Amino acid sequence: MIELNFLSYEFMRNALLAGLAAAVLCGIIGIYVILNRIVFISDGIAHAAFGGIGLGYFLGYDPLAFGIGSAVLTAIGIGLTSSRARVSEDTAIGVFMATGMAMGIMLLTLSRGYARDLYGYLFGNILAVTESDVLLILILTLVILVLVFLLYKELLLLSFDPIYGQAIGLPVSGLRLLLLSMVAFSVVVLIKVVGIIMVIALLTIPGAISRQHMKGLPSIMAGSVILGCVFVIIGLFISYDLDVPSGAAIILTAAVAFFLSTLLTR
Amino acid sequence: MPDALEKILSIRDLWIRQGEHVVLESINLELFSGDFLGIIGPNGGGKSTLLKAVLGLIKPDRGEISVFGLPPARARNRIGYVPQKTVFDRSFPVKVRDVVLMGRYSRIGLWHRYGPEDHNCALLALKAVGMADRAEREIGALSGGEQQRVFVARSLVSDPDLLLLDEPTAGIDSAQQTEFYELLSHLNRDLGKAIVLVSHDLTAVSTYVSKIACLNQRLYYHSSRELSNEDIEKAYGCPVEMIAHGTPHRVLREHD
Repeated sequence: MIELNFLSYEFMRNALLAGLAAAVLCGIIGIYVILNRIVFISDGIAHAAFGGIGLGYFLGYDPLAFGIGSAVLTAIGIGLTSSRARVSEDTAIGVFMATGMAMGIMLLTLSRGYARDLYGYLFGNILAVTESDVLLILILTLVILVLVFLLYKELLLLSFDPIYGQAIGLPVSGLRLLLLSMVAFSVVVLIKVVGIIMVIALLTIPGAISRQHMKGLPSIMAGSVILGCVFVIIGLFISYDLDVPSGAAIILTAAVAFFLSTLLTR
Repeated sequence: MPDALEKILSIRDLWIRQGEHVVLESINLELFSGDFLGIIGPNGGGKSTLLKAVLGLIKPDRGEISVFGLPPARARNRIGYVPQKTVFDRSFPVKVRDVVLMGRYSRIGLWHRYGPEDHNCALLALKAVGMADRAEREIGALSGGEQQRVFVARSLVSDPDLLLLDEPTAGIDSAQQTEFYELLSHLNRDLGKAIVLVSHDLTAVSTYVSKIACLNQRLYYHSSRELSNEDIEKAYGCPVEMIAHGTPHRVLREHD
């Protein structure tokens, strides 16, 4: 029985919990990323988070917490730079993205002997998720779920028609910063699961597939969450069975599903 | 009748600059309940800017705007707004009813959820624009004219006393345009909404409005539905014949 084997290890249980929480997060936040067309920003935030992770490592503190910090700062930074300075948003993203990566690589290298961890952050190492990571991930997921529940109508208006929203008094820039911050939190959770390079795939693929088949935002979100969970479970099986990196296994599972779904819908 | 007139909008000596460029220069305008004002003018003449200033989205550099005696930002729940060409993803997963509900935001505010009354208002607003049977359809599945009606319903759902419409018929075929203007007349006459309609379509507008103004940086307005040749020529910077060619010259006063 593969399944029993699978769950008899604590690291596997942690991996599964973290993976499922991540799937719930991307299922919901990913839809907003798609609808608001902030895919590139989200990718930028993921890469920039690496700077914080490197700093955490270098100083000997929790890299994940530092990663969250730098991801949120980047989200705010991109928002402010493009609205204040004469820099277009995608330029700002490009700059933040590269700066974060460069900082992360430099600081991780200076911390010596962490080459294996560098690999883990870039490509994901869900099997190295600790119990405290799981706790952090579960809390983040819960907070974001509550926020989305409470601000559902506001986020819908923001995504559909921000110009009109602003005209009737919706705090558009505040909500956009909040959305970017929620993306930042989700991205850091995902880094543990699939790695920085592949974050954007898990954030967008389940939502994209679900949108091809479902109608109405709540159904699309539900479909996207379920798909994410399925990809994580299958990916973890493959990773465990073939002894390949979990991130790659999960993303390839998702990618196959995406191409199949796209072929079938057209 | 004049005794019951409420002053809805008052603009005094309004100036708005964008950088070095003066967009609006010394605008004066008063609007009373029951008015249906059409503002025409060339593209880039500041029409959208004027509406945004009335909504409190753009701060005046000089002058004063008051809506129902309040600063614009505080009067938002009494204003319904239909923005210029709502750009949205046609496959955006949202039903017509939910689009209309969005307009309730100015009434119920942050954090609060829609209640039965909000849903009821949404249905009434859809009825008012003749789109009640489309409530459960996805917004992207409607035609351009139908979508525009839905956006009017969205602006009506907060039960505003003043409607601001910015080029609402852009991209709609002429048959649907006529229906759309009939709808606005109905809202104005039968439901008593004061309306400010901004358009560059001089002919269509002049048929339906009760007052007309011409805007190109300065506002040419005489509290009537007539403009003089000189007004239009000044605003457009070219002879009237070029603008109103082949159309009933309802806008133009007879030359003495």
